[in-house]
Amino acid sequence: MVRCLDVHNMASVEENAPLSAQEQIRLKNKRLGFKLVWLVVGSLLFAFALVPIYNVLCTITGLNGKTSTTAALASKAKVDKSRWVTVQFTSSVMPGLGWNFYPKQASIKLHPGQIETVIFVAKNITNQEVVGQAIPSITPGIGAANLKKIECFCFVRQSLKPGEQREMPLRFYVSPELPSDVSEMTLSYSFFPAVKE
Amino acid sequence: MSTTTVAHHEEHHDHPTGIMRWLTTTNHKDIGTMYLTFSLVMFLVGGSMILGIRAELFKPGLQLMNPEFFNQLIGVHALIMIFAALMPAATGFANWMIPLQIGAPDMALPRLNNWGFWLLPPSAILLTLPFTLALFGIGDGALATGWTFYPPLSVQGGIGVDFAIFAVHLLGISSVMGSINIIVTLFNMRAPGMTLMKMPMFAWGWLITAFLLVATIPVLAGAVTMLLTDRHFGTHFFDAAGGGDPIMFQHLFWFFGHPEVYILLLPVWGFIPQILETFSRKPMYGYKAQVYSLWAIGALSVVVWAHHFFTAGMPVPALLYFMYSTMAISLPLAVLFFCWIRTMWNGSMSFETPMLFAVGWIILFGIGGLTGLVLADVAADAQYHNSYFVVAHFHYTLFAGGIMGIMAGVYYWLPKMTGYMYNEKLGKLHFWLTAISFNLTFIPQFFLGLAGMPRRIPDYALQFAEFNMISSIAAFVLGFSQLLFVYNIVMCARGGKKATGQVWEGARGLEWTLPSPPPYHSFTEQPIIK
Repeated sequence: MVRCLDVHNMASVEENAPLSAQEQIRLKNKRLGFKLVWLVVGSLLFAFALVPIYNVLCTITGLNGKTSTTAALASKAKVDKSRWVTVQFTSSVMPGLGWNFYPKQASIKLHPGQIETVIFVAKNITNQEVVGQAIPSITPGIGAANLKKIECFCFVRQSLKPGEQREMPLRFYVSPELPSDVSEMTLSYSFFPAVKE
Repeated sequence: MSTTTVAHHEEHHDHPTGIMRWLTTTNHKDIGTMYLTFSLVMFLVGGSMILGIRAELFKPGLQLMNPEFFNQLIGVHALIMIFAALMPAATGFANWMIPLQIGAPDMALPRLNNWGFWLLPPSAILLTLPFTLALFGIGDGALATGWTFYPPLSVQGGIGVDFAIFAVHLLGISSVMGSINIIVTLFNMRAPGMTLMKMPMFAWGWLITAFLLVATIPVLAGAVTMLLTDRHFGTHFFDAAGGGDPIMFQHLFWFFGHPEVYILLLPVWGFIPQILETFSRKPMYGYKAQVYSLWAIGALSVVVWAHHFFTAGMPVPALLYFMYSTMAISLPLAVLFFCWIRTMWNGSMSFETPMLFAVGWIILFGIGGLTGLVLADVAADAQYHNSYFVVAHFHYTLFAGGIMGIMAGVYYWLPKMTGYMYNEKLGKLHFWLTAISFNLTFIPQFFLGLAGMPRRIPDYALQFAEFNMISSIAAFVLGFSQLLFVYNIVMCARGGKKATGQVWEGARGLEWTLPSPPPYHSFTEQPIIK
C-alpha cells in the first residue's frame, strides 16, 4: 500500500528532494512504533517484577496471612497481662501426601508476649519414606506479622519413614504490637508433598 | 469540521487477486473486512458452544455431556467470545474507520497490520484443536479451568491448558501489534488541522483502549508464561509447597482482566455517541466531558482489579480500597450516560436499526453497570460471588454493552463499507428478537444467582428448574436470531439498494464525505480540517 502511494505521488514529489513527505512520515511512524515496543517490554518486565514485589508486600502487610519463614528472636517485650488472645490451630494434608496430621490441642489462650509451645502430630501411613513441607497461613491477615515463631516444624522439610509418627513442636508468641481489635487468630498449616530440588 | 478536498483515485494498481490478495494485503479496508469476518465466524462458533451449555442446563441432571466437557465448553466459549469475537470486531472497525475518520490514507504500519490479523486464525485453531484431538484419543480435550486459568487447577490440567496458553500468547501479540498501529496512526496520520481534541469520539475510545492493551496484555502474557513454566519446567510461581502463591495468579490475571473489560467497551463508547448524534440530527453533547470521562475510566480500570476475588481473603483495608475505587468508576460512567441521553434530548430522532441498537444498548448496558455496583459491595459480594448473578451481570455488560454495541456499529457502517443498504425490516426484526430473547435469557439468571445457583456447574438443584428452562429456550432464540444478522450482512454485501455517500441524513464526520463504498485508496491527499 505504502509502495503504491509512492509510485502514485512520484509526480508531485520533487525528484531531488532528500526525503519525500511520505518517507518522512513512514520514518516517523516507525520511530513511534519502536518506542511503543519499549512500553510493551516494560510491561512484560513489570509482570515478572510483580512476583518479588508481591512476596515482599505480603510479608510486610500479612496479606494472604503469609508469615516469615525464618525463626524470630525470643520475646524481649514484657508480657501484656491486660489482654487475652486466642490462637486456634487447624491442619490439612494436600492431595498426594499420605499422612495424618493434626494439632494436639485445638486452641490456646495466652497473653501477648507470652511464649507457648504447641505440639503437632504427623504420621506417615504409607509404606515408603515421604518428605513433606508445611505451609502456614494466618487469619486475619492483619495480625500475621505479629505471630512470631521461635521454633517451627515448618521451617524445614519433614521426612517420615513408613509408619513413622512424629510429634513436632511449635514455639511461638504473639507480639504485644498486635492491633487491639484482634482477639482471635487462626493459624492453619497445610502439609504439601515437598517439591523436588 | 469541514472538508476542503476529497481525493480519490480510481486507477488500478497491480495488487494480487484471489486468495493472495487477502494473504498479502496491507490495505486497511481489506484487513478491516478480514477482522470483522473472522469476528463474525468466531461469534457463531462461541455462540454454538454456549448453546451446548444451555441445552445441558435445560433440565436438572446430566443429559448430554460429562462435566469435563461442560467445563471445557464454558472456558473456550469465554476465551473465543472475548479474544476472537469482541476484540477483533473492535479492531476491524478501527482498521476500517479510523483512517477514514481522521483523513489518513491508510494505517501507519500496514505490514504490521497484516501480520496482526494473520496471527488470529492460528490462535483460533489452537483454542479449538484440543476438542478434535480428544476425538482421536489424544489428550483430554480443551482447557477446563474456565477462561481465568486459576491454579492449582490449571497447573494440573491436561494439554488443553498448554494449547490455550499458546493461543493467548498469539492473541496477545496480535492485539498489541494492532494497538501500536492504532496509537501511531492516531498520533502521526491525522489530517492537517485535526487536533487531538477534534478527533472523532471513536478514535478517542480506541486511543485509550490501545494504551490499556499495550500496558496490560504483557502482564497476562507474563502470568500465563509463569503458568507454563510451573507446568513443565519445575518453577513454583503458583505452588505453595515450593514457596509460591496461587492467589498471586489471581492478582496478575485480573491486573490484566479488569482493564480488559474496558478494552472491550471503550471502542463501543466511542462510536455509540456518533450513532446517537447521527440519528438525533444534532451534535453530540459534552464532547470534552466524554473524552475526560473516557480517560478517567481508563485510568481507574488498572487500580481496581481485586474486586474480582473479594472472597479469596484480603485484609479489611484492602477490601475497602477496592470496593470504593470500583464504585468510583460509576462517576465518570454516569457522566457518559448523561451525555448520551442529553445528545438525544430534543433531537429529531428516527429509529433505523443502528439507532434501535444504540438506544437499547444504553438501557441494557445501564442494567449491566448498576448490577456491577451491587457486586462491588464487599458485603453483598460474599453472597453473589461465583453465582449466576455474576454471569447475568457480565453478559449485560459484554453481550449488551459489547456485542449489541458492535451490532449497532455494523448496521451503521455496513452501507458505507459495502455501498449497499441492508434490509431495514430484517434489521429491525433482528434487533427486537435479540433484545427480547437476551433479556429473557439473562433476567432469570439474576434470580437464579440471588437464589444461590453456582456457576460453572453442569447440574443444579430442582428448585432452579423453571428459570433455567426459560433461560435455555430464550438462549436458543437468541442464538438462532443471529442467523438473520449473518443473512442480512451477506445479502447487503452482494447488492441491493445503492447507498449514497452520506448514507444517513444526519451523519457527521469525514468517513461520510467519501462515496460508498470508499475507493480502495482514500484520502491520498489529506483533507484540511478547520
